Amino acid sequence: MKKFIFFNILFLNLLFAQQTPAPEQSKSILIYGATTHVGNGELIKNSVIGFTNGEFDLISSTNEIPNNQQLENFLNINKTKYDTIINATNHHIYPGIIALNSNLGLVEVDAVKASVDDDESGTFLPNVRSIIAYNAESKAVESMRPNGVLIAQITPNGGIISGSSSVVQLDAWNWEDATIKYDQGIHLNWPSPYTFGRWWLGEDRGLKRNMNYSSQIENVRDFFDKSFANMNTKKSMNLKSKAMKGVFEGTTTVYLNADDEKEIVDGVSFLKDYGIDKIVIVGGTGSKDQINFIKENKIPVILKQPYRLPSSEDADPRNTFRLAKELLDNNILVSIDPTGTASDRVLTRNLPFYAGSFSSYGINKEKALSLITINPAKILGIDDEFGSIEIGKSATLFISKGDALDIVSNNVTHAFISGRNISLETHQTRLWRRYSNKYSSSQ
Amino acid sequence: MKRFFLLSFFLSFGLYSQDYFIVNDGVKTKEYGNTAFTNANIYTDKGVISNSTLIINDGKIINYGRNIDIPKNTVIYDIGGRYIYPSFVETFSNFGTEKYSRSDFSRSSQYEPSRKGYYWNDHILSDYNAFDNYIYNKSDADKMRKMGFGVVNSNSNDGVHRGTSFTVALIDDKNESYRLIQDKSSEYYSFSKSSRYNQSYPNSTMGAIALIRQLFHDANWYSQGVSNTKDLALEALIENKDLPKFFDAGEKLNVIRAAKLSNEFNLNFVIKGSGKEYENIRELKKFDNTIIVPINFPKAYDVSNPLLNKKLTINQLRYWNQAPANLKILDENNIEFIVTSSGINRTDDFLENLRTAVKHGLNIKKAIESLTIVPARSLNLGDKLGKIEKNFLANFIITSGPLFDDETEIDENWVKGNRHIINPLNTVNFDGEYEININGNNYNLIISNSQDNINTRVKKDSINLKSKTSLQDDWLYLTIFDEYKSKASYAQLSAKIISENTISGLGIDFNNDEFKFKTTSNRKLKKSKGEDLRLEAQKVSKLTYPNVGFGLTEVPKSKSIHFKNATLWTNEDLGIVENYDILISRGKIVEIGKDINTPPGYEVVDATGKHITSGIIDEHSHMAASSINEGGHNSSAEVSIMDVINPDDVNIYRNLAGGVTTVQILHGSANPIGGQSAIIKLKWGSEIEDMFFEGAAPFIKFALGENVKQSNWGGSRFPQTRMGVEQVFIDHFDRASEYANNWTEYNSLNKREKSRTPKPRFDEELETLWEIMKGERFISSHSYVQSEINMLMKVAEKYNFRINTFTHILEGYKVADKMREHGVAASTFSDWWGYKYEVNDAIPYNASIMHNAGVLVALNSDSSELSRRLNLEAAKAVKYGGVSETEAWKFVTLNPAKMLHLDHKVGSLKEGKDADIVLWSGHPMSLYSRAEMTFIEGALYFDENDHERRISEIKNEKSELISLMFREIQAEREKNLKEIFEDNTSDGNQKFPIPDNILMSGAEIISFPELEVNCETIEIH
Repeated sequence: MKKFIFFNILFLNLLFAQQTPAPEQSKSILIYGATTHVGNGELIKNSVIGFTNGEFDLISSTNEIPNNQQLENFLNINKTKYDTIINATNHHIYPGIIALNSNLGLVEVDAVKASVDDDESGTFLPNVRSIIAYNAESKAVESMRPNGVLIAQITPNGGIISGSSSVVQLDAWNWEDATIKYDQGIHLNWPSPYTFGRWWLGEDRGLKRNMNYSSQIENVRDFFDKSFANMNTKKSMNLKSKAMKGVFEGTTTVYLNADDEKEIVDGVSFLKDYGIDKIVIVGGTGSKDQINFIKENKIPVILKQPYRLPSSEDADPRNTFRLAKELLDNNILVSIDPTGTASDRVLTRNLPFYAGSFSSYGINKEKALSLITINPAKILGIDDEFGSIEIGKSATLFISKGDALDIVSNNVTHAFISGRNISLETHQTRLWRRYSNKYSSSQ
Repeated sequence: MKRFFLLSFFLSFGLYSQDYFIVNDGVKTKEYGNTAFTNANIYTDKGVISNSTLIINDGKIINYGRNIDIPKNTVIYDIGGRYIYPSFVETFSNFGTEKYSRSDFSRSSQYEPSRKGYYWNDHILSDYNAFDNYIYNKSDADKMRKMGFGVVNSNSNDGVHRGTSFTVALIDDKNESYRLIQDKSSEYYSFSKSSRYNQSYPNSTMGAIALIRQLFHDANWYSQGVSNTKDLALEALIENKDLPKFFDAGEKLNVIRAAKLSNEFNLNFVIKGSGKEYENIRELKKFDNTIIVPINFPKAYDVSNPLLNKKLTINQLRYWNQAPANLKILDENNIEFIVTSSGINRTDDFLENLRTAVKHGLNIKKAIESLTIVPARSLNLGDKLGKIEKNFLANFIITSGPLFDDETEIDENWVKGNRHIINPLNTVNFDGEYEININGNNYNLIISNSQDNINTRVKKDSINLKSKTSLQDDWLYLTIFDEYKSKASYAQLSAKIISENTISGLGIDFNNDEFKFKTTSNRKLKKSKGEDLRLEAQKVSKLTYPNVGFGLTEVPKSKSIHFKNATLWTNEDLGIVENYDILISRGKIVEIGKDINTPPGYEVVDATGKHITSGIIDEHSHMAASSINEGGHNSSAEVSIMDVINPDDVNIYRNLAGGVTTVQILHGSANPIGGQSAIIKLKWGSEIEDMFFEGAAPFIKFALGENVKQSNWGGSRFPQTRMGVEQVFIDHFDRASEYANNWTEYNSLNKREKSRTPKPRFDEELETLWEIMKGERFISSHSYVQSEINMLMKVAEKYNFRINTFTHILEGYKVADKMREHGVAASTFSDWWGYKYEVNDAIPYNASIMHNAGVLVALNSDSSELSRRLNLEAAKAVKYGGVSETEAWKFVTLNPAKMLHLDHKVGSLKEGKDADIVLWSGHPMSLYSRAEMTFIEGALYFDENDHERRISEIKNEKSELISLMFREIQAEREKNLKEIFEDNTSDGNQKFPIPDNILMSGAEIISFPELEVNCETIEIH
């Protein structure tokens, strides 16, 4: 079998137009020399990483090897075992980044209604499934890959219960091929305990108690009660109750969208009343004031990305950046919700930088990386396969020339999903080359 | 205490002086007599004259003073040492007028005027006279008189020009001709449009400002008599030229805006303010406008919900304790003011708040003047109203004591010699605690509020009992419910009240037997005032500029600093250099070099391991402005963001924390020809005028594509396609060319010819476009797709000018060669796309391709959040397309400086340039670095250490103010006995804070409910 050894890896993907989506891994691959960021907080310098048939089968480091002779032997032995060898000296290896709470593939262009498929009409829609509307060939989806975002939780929006989300890998022919895990969670948007005066109707503008809050909660309770009562009915014609069954039985996670501290406490307490334990808080800005509550109830938090203005003019504008550390210090499982910026769906490709920004306020970089790798994998229940670089796990990873969490040094040269060497070409890179060529040839 | 002294025959006399009116219901009863008030303390502008007499006749004051002769035919009132003050004059009222409110808001916008024969804008209602639709309102008149007012000036609350007001005396029992003082007393203006008319323009404050400007230009032109069309609104405006002019500004920044307009057109506006004048007193005192000030001081917030307390801001908390000092501060700064009752909901609050203002330092004489002679003069009625003076109207109040004593009440309010009794004669205050024995048990009666709405508590052995009380015509009826011999029973008392501390009368006991009783109050209940903790709270918080948590007490001053051993990102030939020193002084960069000796007087900052750059410049910002879009017309070249700067926007401070020093605040993209921009330095805490970048070239915003053709929401305005957009430009530049010709021709005439030739109409919009054509004003145009980019360049070329900047320009990479040829710069987003159809081909490589093709490139924010991290946007130019770090850094500093024609002053580290510099903790393009210090012109505007200190100060101030509010609410509860018995009634101000993001858009009061603007705030980019 012929062996390819690439020393300059920068142009690997550009020189060979690759098939998209990439075919199954047929040749085993060895990457050596890079610093591997495992995803679980560990770091392996001068790593040697091998994967075959889509799974890691070698994770080692040449650091342990006492002398050059032995080092050479080690490399030679391994080089003969693998079909393709990549020298990634001075590069960095990361597990594929996982984006939570994303409508990627459900919406193409926000302003074009015909391309918007993430918000079905209705209030309680646990039966609605995002996965079947997921467009695996979306331009937004492909643009994730060159930044190392390789897995996403495709999430519907709107209503009180928006529907169920599924987990996909981002290089597939269709939604079926893309799916890693079907219908693993429902999304509950907790009502707000506050409202603003409708000043255009002459009401006072200020923030005030939402006088309908308790009746709104009663509606949710009513829905849960009825779902619980009906879920075991044989030959049930109630799609909603059937969809809620997994929630009550603990197989489906409830993603509780709650930003304010009162929402968090009320929402979690509500779910606990039904014996529901698989709860994840999404948003969680107010979680810093309810840390003990969240800790005691062992609830993971998917924290909104930090690039947000504080809600009060007197608040420290850096508060949002400090939040992740406060939660992590209390051993709370934390990940990042990429929504909330302008163009948030397409800017989900900035997920590594959100993690990096959290890390600039007191979290070490490896821990920051876990916010977008092993932690979301745990939240999604896919950590036996994804989220870190460990033997037996899916070889879903990328190589960056520099620190991938910092914009100025992030430069992804390769990405693999389950060992498949995926293309980093996109609509955007094609336009880039097309027009770069236009001007360089005209000069 | 009350005195009994007046006879009640008085009202049987009519006082009609309308001798020529015919009477059919009896005989004419002409009143020739005088009325005298003796034994009075009369307040005059020379002070109180004690022991004196006031004589009035036929609605006028005849004489007053000590030892004056009282004519024979005189009804005499001995007022027993009470006080007489001139009654108050209300200038800002809607008394008796039709109230307009927007009943429906239609989803489709109307762009044309609907009034025929009037001005081109429906919101100019200068021909409207509020008197025409006026109906005297007795209950409102009663409320006004209770507060001490005798005369009101009443205007319609509707329109940018609201027409004229009228002045009326508040006399219930007379007809309109008697009450009316002036049917047209003043003109009223505002920045809010009429709710009766739906014309879209103006839908922003800056639009309203521009409309008023144009209105005066149009009136000037129309008065030449050269218009060949009729305009009744302009004719009314011209006719009312000499009337006093009032301006309902309301919001504190609008007060300054109205004052500026007043100066510009020499209008001497009397401006209705907000009660928050103290917050921008530095600017206000530069004008000499009289301000009408409300005294509806906020009550303490209900701070019993700690979750909501977290959402209270320092500004809202301070308002509680600082508002009562507003009038004093105005006086200290020699600003003339008028107090208005506008905004007062409970009549008792008016005097109470006025007294609070006095306790907070307001001079008493000033307080009275502000209610009497100053408002009278503002209405040109200073010779008739507002004083106890011979030949003035007999408008006065009789008070039980000095006006500003807490216990004093207004007993009577005389208007044009007509008496109105405020406090009925026969009320005795017998508040107190009484004891009475019935069937062998002692009952305690606690009586409070006996003069108003009596409240009684009955206790036996300290246990509350049920009881029922009424007070009718000074008879007290009381029923007590108790058990008697283990059965439910009741006792009843009745007594005529004649004494302040004794109740005596007849009772029926629990056994249904009659008994006589007499009981004397053993404890006089003091009507205690709630503790005023606002004075104490003033010690906790200072007034800052702006008056928010991060506000400053003093504007930072320029320093002389020697930064040692830094990595300098010079943006000059020197490039990025390590271990360099930089000296700043007097606002400039003085020296750059290695191992410089520290000159005397310089502070030394060790910058080892740190990086210094010039300040970040954002070409496209919308921060610090009260309005962004004027979308009411497809061209709004006449409006200017400079008119609506909001120096209080905390995003200024937040952006300093991100190393930003200069921004261009652009008009939005609602229409093809937008408005004029403002270029400011982020001098947090400075006055508006000091923020403007000195000597900056003027800019204007243009826009293309989906937003201007209203693609993403309903809209009917031309244009609806990109084809139409081009026509808007061509049409406007054609008109501007013609306009330019007319004026050039006129200006070339000699003096004599000019005097014979009518002046062409001055048009703010076309003037602005003419500036563009002359190359005196530069365009920054919102743009997305290549076709429209190319189009606008061709339009400009046709009229022989150049587009200065394309902003957003996401498909600029497709026409970069044409752009370079045209000479236009590009200010783009780093990596936004996907939010609308026209950004399908937006790519993050755009900046690098354009840069490589020779176009001047900047990265902008369009967002006050994103601008805080433009340094990281520059990093994206390195990531996407591999621009060198040296060049990428210029994308957010030197290049935008060049686009804004400011690179001779800012944008690089160069000796002689402004010391707008940032000290970074590390590599400025790394997200692990932070701006530690940000200087503007050598003054330190952001300092990370200071920032941490302030965070803890904010926390302390907040908790201290909240605890004082708690105490005040408690004290307030205990003030009235009534409330001691009630459970947890909340007295607090239930209105809760407006988060500042809402507040910002909220500042744009008149933009809602215009649908397109509403959409625009969601979709600015």
